[in-house]
Amino acid sequence: MQDIDNIVNGKDLFKKPEYQKVLADKKEFEGSMGAVNPAKVEEISEWTKSWDYREKNLAREAIVVNPAKACQPLGAVMVALGFENTMPYVHGSHGCVAYFRSYFTRHFKEPTPCVSDSMTEDAAVFGGLVNMKDGLKNCAAVYKPEMIAVSTTCMAEVIGDDLYAFSIAAKEEDGGEFLAEDFPITYAHTPSFTGSHITGYDNMMNGIMSQLTEGVEVVKNEKINIIPGFETYIGSIRSVKAIAEKMGADFTMLGDHSDQWDMPAGEYSMFQGGTPIAEAKACKSAKATISLQKYATVKTMKMVTKRWKHAGGTSNPIGLKGTDEFIMKLAELTGNEIPQSLKTERGRLVDAMQDSYPYMHAKKFAIWGDPDFLIGMVSFLLEMGSIPTHVLCHNAPRGWEDEMRALLDTSSRAEECHVWAGKDLWHMRSLLFTEPVDFMIGNSYGKELMRDTDIPLIYIGFPIFDRHHLHRYSISGYDGAINLLTWITNKVLDQLDEDTKGIASTDYFFDLIR
Amino acid sequence: MGPESLEARQKAAVEEVLKAYPEKAAKNRAKHLGVGGPEDESQKTCGNVRSNKKTVPGVMSQRGCAYAGSKGVVWGPVKDMVHISHGPVGCGQYSRAGRRNYYIGTTGVDTFVTMNFTSDFQEKDIVFGGDKKLDVCLHEIDELFPLNNGITVQSECPIGLIGDDINATSKMYAKKTGQTVVPVNCEGFRGVSQSLGHHIANDTIRDYVFDGNPEMLGEPVAVTDYDVAIIGDYNIGGDAWSSRILLEEMGLRVVAQWSGDATLKEMAQTTKVKLNLLHCYRSMNYISRHMEKEFGIPWVEYNFFGPSQTIKSLRKIAAFFDEGIQAKCEEVIAKYQPMVDAVTNKYRPLLEGKQVMLFVGGLRPRHVIGAYEDLGMEVIGTGYEFAHDDDYKRTKDEIFRSTVIYDDVNEYELEAFVKKLQPDLVASGIKEKYVFQKMGLPYRQMHSWDYSGPYHGYDGFAIFAADMDLAINSPVWAHTTAPWDKEGEA
Repeated sequence: MQDIDNIVNGKDLFKKPEYQKVLADKKEFEGSMGAVNPAKVEEISEWTKSWDYREKNLAREAIVVNPAKACQPLGAVMVALGFENTMPYVHGSHGCVAYFRSYFTRHFKEPTPCVSDSMTEDAAVFGGLVNMKDGLKNCAAVYKPEMIAVSTTCMAEVIGDDLYAFSIAAKEEDGGEFLAEDFPITYAHTPSFTGSHITGYDNMMNGIMSQLTEGVEVVKNEKINIIPGFETYIGSIRSVKAIAEKMGADFTMLGDHSDQWDMPAGEYSMFQGGTPIAEAKACKSAKATISLQKYATVKTMKMVTKRWKHAGGTSNPIGLKGTDEFIMKLAELTGNEIPQSLKTERGRLVDAMQDSYPYMHAKKFAIWGDPDFLIGMVSFLLEMGSIPTHVLCHNAPRGWEDEMRALLDTSSRAEECHVWAGKDLWHMRSLLFTEPVDFMIGNSYGKELMRDTDIPLIYIGFPIFDRHHLHRYSISGYDGAINLLTWITNKVLDQLDEDTKGIASTDYFFDLIR
Repeated sequence: MGPESLEARQKAAVEEVLKAYPEKAAKNRAKHLGVGGPEDESQKTCGNVRSNKKTVPGVMSQRGCAYAGSKGVVWGPVKDMVHISHGPVGCGQYSRAGRRNYYIGTTGVDTFVTMNFTSDFQEKDIVFGGDKKLDVCLHEIDELFPLNNGITVQSECPIGLIGDDINATSKMYAKKTGQTVVPVNCEGFRGVSQSLGHHIANDTIRDYVFDGNPEMLGEPVAVTDYDVAIIGDYNIGGDAWSSRILLEEMGLRVVAQWSGDATLKEMAQTTKVKLNLLHCYRSMNYISRHMEKEFGIPWVEYNFFGPSQTIKSLRKIAAFFDEGIQAKCEEVIAKYQPMVDAVTNKYRPLLEGKQVMLFVGGLRPRHVIGAYEDLGMEVIGTGYEFAHDDDYKRTKDEIFRSTVIYDDVNEYELEAFVKKLQPDLVASGIKEKYVFQKMGLPYRQMHSWDYSGPYHGYDGFAIFAADMDLAINSPVWAHTTAPWDKEGEA
């Protein structure tokens, strides 16, 4: 029973003896192996840690267990929220939208507006035209966005709805009451059964850039477009903007969701910040476009470089070398000198790396996440002399595995580094048991791996549901690299303390100064 | 508060909200909004609202889908079975471990609730069909997770559209292996909300657990006169455990929990209980009615939120049994009364008169009202994501005063109602949480208990009271206005 002076929630409540008895007694009815034969559970549990299990596990062809990727429309929703007063609109059933909103909200601890047109069985049979006509009108009337960016769920994709035709029909039927003739309805087909959330990002970015610029006269200017990609670190977008400003670049951040998912308290307005629509419409006139995430913008960058003939290309500003390259690219495009302020920032990062390197040197890491994130992170780990033992990318696009291998081959301990493209986190579990590492770097899904393997998890990635405010920080630029260095080094030190705190046994190494 | 009565303000708010809609949408939404009271005259509902209808497109509903109702709610918590999210990768990923269905077990070895199993459909599976892939999935699961006691196949949208026959594939595999395999046609586009998913899932329990004769580990459980099952408690934050303890203390034997911390065997042996105790009526009335018809098991709805309702419910349950149980029931009530008094004495003065607006799903929009009122708080608005008329009818019995009733409320409407009626606390889900916190309003998530709980039973009530105090009386809400921005000037 609760003690009124110390009311406890489930964490401690169920430790009380009366609840321990309830839980023990319940086993009589259960029929799960843990209740019937705990020794068998122990036996199978040990087997799942073996090489034999690993081989069977890696041979899986069909079932995916604990994936490290999500589906296309999630990325499309992120793109939409990077444009000013833009409502992400998902054509399909509303359950999907409830999921996208929850997923982002749990990560950012911020509201995530997004509507759906609630297709049901009849729409599955007759198509979703009526839903789209009503949905666009209602959305415009109630939320008054400046643009609606339409993506699709797999339901709409399977039945083959035509977004372009539907959006025209919606405007025609509305007759300009809520949807003016020139009201931008941008769209992208984002089938969940192809690629992952980064593919959806690419498709929606490509859709918005190509459709908004249609019919807009191109008057070449000195501007540089920067596309952040599926960036879940708000601070990273700000770091990149700060670098571009210091470089004196005239730039447009295309799809800047940094303010949308970082609203101050006080009052709520549904949309905040974002690339102004007028600026986005002019993006074709820029002389260059830089994508910070190559694999999240394959199609978009193909259009930009091949059809629009923009200079720029891709540049991944995570880690020292990545940031150096990004700055040099800006220097080249702007023709400006690299200012002293950036040189000082660089010097501070290098100084910090030289202060902390003994703790990261030769430490073995397992890491997973999106392809571009991994390229940047692994590059940084190598700069610190760490060993990226297992690099796992569930949503690895074509070309990524080779690029990662080439990157790892620059390490003096390349043969100890393994690339796992298209594998999931249950594969990772086998890898960790058979070829253990010192630390893991990844998202909240690593939590169960941490519990099962006892390997400490450093929370860097997406989604992060169970640690607060990390998304506010930067992992890009020199300042971002200092954050990475701080998080990783201090986790190594925390673990060192944990391993040496045994009183009168190991605490001689429990040093005050490290 | 102005001179206007609460009811008048509520009615004005409803009228005001409807003005923003285009005509067709306004006409539709008008039927889902109303003001109800304990003396409400509407026969079949509350506030005369209509429910369980298609959502108006484009308005930002908070509803989920049939897959969410089946995989997320009914089947997902069954711990010793593997639940495949069958189709593309997203659904399983977004719903992974989000509902806090607590359980005891070795995850990945003999229990699997917080994991995500998916057939991760690719384009070729859509084009050529995914039945063969499903068969391989079933084999691989049994090879790598040999201690699973069964597998369910939770269909995502494409399955029903491309003409896959998961029923045949599952049956064939089950026949070959003797394994329990449950195909569930809970495609997200079916029905208008989670609700149809609950129903579909209930039906598959009937067909594949009751009629399926699944293989069971361990001894069969001997039947007693005091066997009951907890139905419709998903053990969120441990709710079913803090309920179970009370039932056991009054001499009953809880042989099954549906479906939080449940096992296949528990569900199968429910057909022999003497009484089914139904907490979430919406999601599990179907199987309760079936057991009544088929096995003659009566069922009784109960409410373990807040002491007033808990006491009423304990007595209602005891009345089905002999005097011995009834006497023990009174002992239980007496045993906990001092704690209830202490909790109320401690927190009521801190919460008295505070007004609350709710929007949740299942049973909570009505069941938690009593708990708030026990603390002197006043619920002035409530609504359901996916209720039917019978839920609203029941709501009438649990409200204390004039209450805005909003069915399938969307982001715009809820924000407008809150701005108009100025409650002291909003209690709803994760998607709405930060909207209201930005406004400086205390908020509690009432799906996940905001990562606290349990809230059921006496021990849960103490946590509930402490959490409401934490939310309403935290100093953080006072920081919103900067000292240089004097109120009214900003």
